[in-house]
Amino acid sequence: MDDLAAVAALNDPVRRELYRFVTSKGRPVGRNEAAEAAGVARPLAAFHLDKLVEAGLLEADFARLTEKKGPGSGRPAKVYRRAPGEHVVSVPPRDYRTLALVLAEVVDLLGGDEVAEKAAHRIGARLGAESAAATLPELLAERGYEPYDDAGLLRLRNCPFHVLAQEQPLLVCSMNLSLCRGLLEGRGEPGAPRLDPRPGECCVVFPQENSKTNQS
Amino acid sequence: MHLAQFNVAHMRAPVDDPLLAEFVAALEPVNTQADAAPGFVWRAIANEDDPEETITHEFGDHLLINYSIWESRDALWNFVYRSPHLAILQRRREWFHRVAEPYTVMWWVEEGEIPSLKEAWNRLTLLRQKGPTPDAFTFKEFYEPNGARG
Repeated sequence: MDDLAAVAALNDPVRRELYRFVTSKGRPVGRNEAAEAAGVARPLAAFHLDKLVEAGLLEADFARLTEKKGPGSGRPAKVYRRAPGEHVVSVPPRDYRTLALVLAEVVDLLGGDEVAEKAAHRIGARLGAESAAATLPELLAERGYEPYDDAGLLRLRNCPFHVLAQEQPLLVCSMNLSLCRGLLEGRGEPGAPRLDPRPGECCVVFPQENSKTNQS
Repeated sequence: MHLAQFNVAHMRAPVDDPLLAEFVAALEPVNTQADAAPGFVWRAIANEDDPEETITHEFGDHLLINYSIWESRDALWNFVYRSPHLAILQRRREWFHRVAEPYTVMWWVEEGEIPSLKEAWNRLTLLRQKGPTPDAFTFKEFYEPNGARG
């Protein structure tokens, strides 16, 4: 399925809500749970979830959702999670990704990491100052990081620079950290984002105080 | 098949110099993390009783070597770039010289096989001479065990 069709599959409020719910969990999600969250009946949720799988946006698997084992534990349930891969649609066609890959390689070849980090910090500060987001988590959500609370830390489920971070992890993760520090500075908030990389997530974490002071 | 990786780093000073002190101090915690990382198979250890001792070799002075074996590309990738090891990598310029030629090489080995240090060095030499091939490659230009580009 092409990118346009994949994105078009989200052109339905229920489907969009289901997609948002599944991807916000960071773990496989069952049909009942998804139906409840979207406020629709289970068969309708199942229909839309499977459409999202067909579109390549989610992937399905079977898992036991309860601890029960042996007779009476039932069949494994169908569960959903975000599919790997990304879908970009631009009208008219634009290709910033290829240029970004070229530029990242140039920075690497020139050994220009420090300059790149400073630039990322500056641009982060500008974006942070310009944003109308009321709280830091809102700003991070706006920028595609998908923040969530994790035991005193604000973690980021999604890496908005995924392809580049695969290609040039050292450079891109450092620049991302600088950008995040800039975002915070631009908002005039204290706090020290730092690197705490984990498989499958963004490498930056924010100490939680930031969001708390903001929300109180 | 398992994935072997070998890398060399040109230290800015002898390993016992204060310049390298923070790097040397990080060896034990980072190596402990490597040993516990999912998909870790083996790594070359200089001295079981002293985690800060580095491997001696004949390949050049002030050259730090690191040699390990992993179950898969993902396992190695997640340790190198998605663990606290990343923070150490990011400080590499404080401790090591920039080098123009490739300093890290990967190749596939049979499960249970541990090629000699000499072979590891030869793989790096091969990469430096011929560029990435199925016999000596890198994360960026990766080859699967069947020789296909990853």
